[in-house]
Amino acid sequence: MNIVVCIKQVPNTNEVRIDPKTGTLIREGVPSIINPDDKAGLEAALRLKDSQGAHVAVLSMGPPQAEAALREALAMGADEAYLVTDRAFGGADTWATAHTIAAALKKLPYDLIITGRQAIDGDTAQVGPQIAENLNIPNISYAEEIKVEDGSVTVKRQFEDRYHLLKAKLPCLVTALSELNTPRYMTPGGIFDAYREKKVNIITRADLDVADVDIGLKGSPTRVVQTFTKSPKAAGTLVTNLNPQEAADYMLEKLREKFII
Amino acid sequence: MDIQDYQGVYVFIQQVDGQVAGVSHELLGKAKELAQKMETVVTAVLFGSGVSKLCGDLASYGADKIVMVDNKDLEIYSTKPYAYAMCKVIEHYKPAVVLYGATAIGRDLAPRVAARIRTGLTADCTKLDVAEDGTKNLQMTRPAFGGNIMATIICPDYRPQMATVRPGVMQKIKPVAGASVPVDSFAVEIPESEKDVQILGVVKKESHKMDIQDAKILVSGGRGMGAPENFKILEDCAKALGGTVSSSRACVDAGWVEKDLQVGQTGKTVRPNLYLACGISGAIQHLAGMEESDVIIAVNKDESAPIFEVADYGVVGDALKVIPLFTENVKKAMAERAK
Amino acid sequence: MDFTLSKEQEMARTLFRDFSEKEIKPLAQEIDEEERFPAETLEKFRKYQFMGIPYPKEVGGAGCDTLTYEICLEEISKVCATTATMLSAHTSLGTWPILKFGTPGQKDKYLKKLCTGEYLGAFALTEPNAGTDSSAQQTKAVLDGDHYVLNGSKIFITNGGYADTYIVFAMTNKSLGNHGISAFIVEKNFPGFSVGKKEKKMGIRGSATCELIFENCIVPKENLLGQEGKGFPIAMATLDNGRVGIAAQAVGIAEGALDETIQYVKERKQFGRPIAKFQNTQFEIADMVTKTKAAQLLLYRAALAEDTKKRYSEEAAMAKLFCASTAMDVTTRCLQLHGGYGYTREYPIERMMRDAKITEIYEGTSEVQKMVISKYAMK
Repeated sequence: MNIVVCIKQVPNTNEVRIDPKTGTLIREGVPSIINPDDKAGLEAALRLKDSQGAHVAVLSMGPPQAEAALREALAMGADEAYLVTDRAFGGADTWATAHTIAAALKKLPYDLIITGRQAIDGDTAQVGPQIAENLNIPNISYAEEIKVEDGSVTVKRQFEDRYHLLKAKLPCLVTALSELNTPRYMTPGGIFDAYREKKVNIITRADLDVADVDIGLKGSPTRVVQTFTKSPKAAGTLVTNLNPQEAADYMLEKLREKFII
Repeated sequence: MDIQDYQGVYVFIQQVDGQVAGVSHELLGKAKELAQKMETVVTAVLFGSGVSKLCGDLASYGADKIVMVDNKDLEIYSTKPYAYAMCKVIEHYKPAVVLYGATAIGRDLAPRVAARIRTGLTADCTKLDVAEDGTKNLQMTRPAFGGNIMATIICPDYRPQMATVRPGVMQKIKPVAGASVPVDSFAVEIPESEKDVQILGVVKKESHKMDIQDAKILVSGGRGMGAPENFKILEDCAKALGGTVSSSRACVDAGWVEKDLQVGQTGKTVRPNLYLACGISGAIQHLAGMEESDVIIAVNKDESAPIFEVADYGVVGDALKVIPLFTENVKKAMAERAK
Repeated sequence: MDFTLSKEQEMARTLFRDFSEKEIKPLAQEIDEEERFPAETLEKFRKYQFMGIPYPKEVGGAGCDTLTYEICLEEISKVCATTATMLSAHTSLGTWPILKFGTPGQKDKYLKKLCTGEYLGAFALTEPNAGTDSSAQQTKAVLDGDHYVLNGSKIFITNGGYADTYIVFAMTNKSLGNHGISAFIVEKNFPGFSVGKKEKKMGIRGSATCELIFENCIVPKENLLGQEGKGFPIAMATLDNGRVGIAAQAVGIAEGALDETIQYVKERKQFGRPIAKFQNTQFEIADMVTKTKAAQLLLYRAALAEDTKKRYSEEAAMAKLFCASTAMDVTTRCLQLHGGYGYTREYPIERMMRDAKITEIYEGTSEVQKMVISKYAMK
């Protein structure tokens, strides 16, 4: 079985801060990580490899430095890595991104494609289903559990108040939730192998059968017209130096003032 | 494509088990406002099997017109049959705008439709408006970078302009009793090739807890609660206040509480009357999910915690010590009131 | 000259830091208080292949380099020095001598199992009357046909009672002094071998430090490590190797103490402002950060020497001397910045100070390091 896991390198948004003076995003020093949902997808693929044997390839679209995320995936145990990178792909929205990644996937053997549900820098959850549409294969989103048997994948698919147990013949695309599992650590030896013995294959514009009008900024139906940081709410009252009982009394008083109780 | 051919604001109505999702009502409310600015009308798109009984409900929440696809194949949500039907509706009716709830259904259906139609889709919008530059483009504003920044996005050259909108963000209108609007029954035959995912089972989650999005009072715990067993303190407090317990992402990640209690960018957006934040430092992604609450009280040991920037009342102190005393206060106050 | 780590070393550091924060730090206080060997962490080290980091893949190791291994010990020591002791005694002392001096048969039998973590290793040189003067060995080994018979005892043996194999030193010919010492690989199940009392220590209290007893212990002849009478140079070479690991532990302790203290001084308020705002605090932090960085550079230099030079006794001794004294100095001053809270067990700083002390003592006291360094300086 050939599994391709699509991963994205993202800034750890938990560590992104706003410069209080300028109101802009401080991106310096923010570590880059494999997007958590994607990492759970990779772990799911590696578990399938461990339990029933599979060839696991990882693919990422991004700038050259996204190579580090692929090396990390290799150090966790992926067999092969592909970086889809070209200036021509820059500025792509989800439509153009999915179109480009799908074109790259067409070059690889796949039975099961796993993506994360969504990336923590964009939170759109669109690229997975859109890749499936581009490849004309079914997608099952929000996977809490993935099983593969007899050429079919069975997925416990999460909804807000229920789950569906869904089954599809391979090839199929599944989007993984970070709740799916706890990803394994890399191993020290895996890291050295990832850099010294394995390679990250580069896929560029020239390698893909796509039209210029369908990639990058030009191929993107949406346009960002403005970005801004939210104006902070006016600060409330802060009390310090109250002992716990005084603090509890203060809180009750405020609830009464606001007619909450 | 001539974008002038595309007219009207359409709302995908999410119905499950014959129940219209709250977010669909909210979207009808918002669509009404947008339609006024665009000088057009609101159409509700209703899929399902035996769902005509819901048309009155949709009319009362602001739909001017209903397109209904009543088909056995659409009884239970499945990505490709729904996407197929939606694409047929779009091809036929040529809407200018299609809105979906940013739910586990909407966030799966809308991207598949957008990819097939070749149009833009903006996810998880928190604000929608109409451009006043003569284009009447839909301006879709959404958080990015875990809520650290907001981005306003347009889809100028493709139609329809599509967006998913987070539940709890838009306001539904006060339902108009007895409203009735035209219903267009639109027949769609789902080809076998679209039915390639088999539904083996549907299992509803046992949930005795109130959905935190519906709660008027939330007592929310963060990493500062120290240990999962300390959430008992919050449960006692919530019980005394008549509210429910929610939490920050850190506690969910640590496995202390269930995911469906998580407030924030990757959890749920809430706007209760009272949000009591206990031992929550207030990462931006958390604030994004609760800062619209009417009254926010925060208790945290660290005076520099960002939660205090959005709190109406901040108390610097140990939630583990303060909250039990506060709970006693509330119990006493309630008992007095009952007399 | 280049002070940057390679990409793989950087990524390995990220792994070690992440692993230490999530898997080791939560246990640090508990294993100290309960003086409990962290067996669950040992299991994780096995699972994630931390047990043979610097050794070649052909013998079951991870195929990384010495510097990466030292970075591992450094990162672990930031949060729990006890855990680093277990790993460094296994890797540097319990495994390395077999890699360097073992016969093909010994490597087949032991090295792979040690490198993959199936076996935990230990090293037994110190005796009640042979500490710094390690040539005064009283444990005796007498050849009897196809085996040696060992009699005597060892003390302060790290991983004692948990290890599967011990590198044991014993006199095969008392009259030859240093040249009469031989090294043996002793399995925990060999007849006549037993583990005696466990020490109650000031620091690294989760580490098992035990007495070993040999009563007519039967050791097969093929378990002689190196040649008969060549045990002393094996011990000294092994300790050179181990000392770099202790230097890494010391640097990690100092860094961990600084991490805790920098956070503390920002939060702790006196006279209406965080104590970080006081110049005394700022100057103390500046001094300690600089000294710790200098120690780290000496450590990395020793680690590189180990991979590139035949002998690196001088580099190892200088790194251990300076890093250990830095750890002691930095933890003492960090505790002072914590004031009364620092003296309580509510904060980890007192544990770090207790742990730091051992780095000035074991695997050659600071005074021994000075003897080595001065010998090279004045030769």
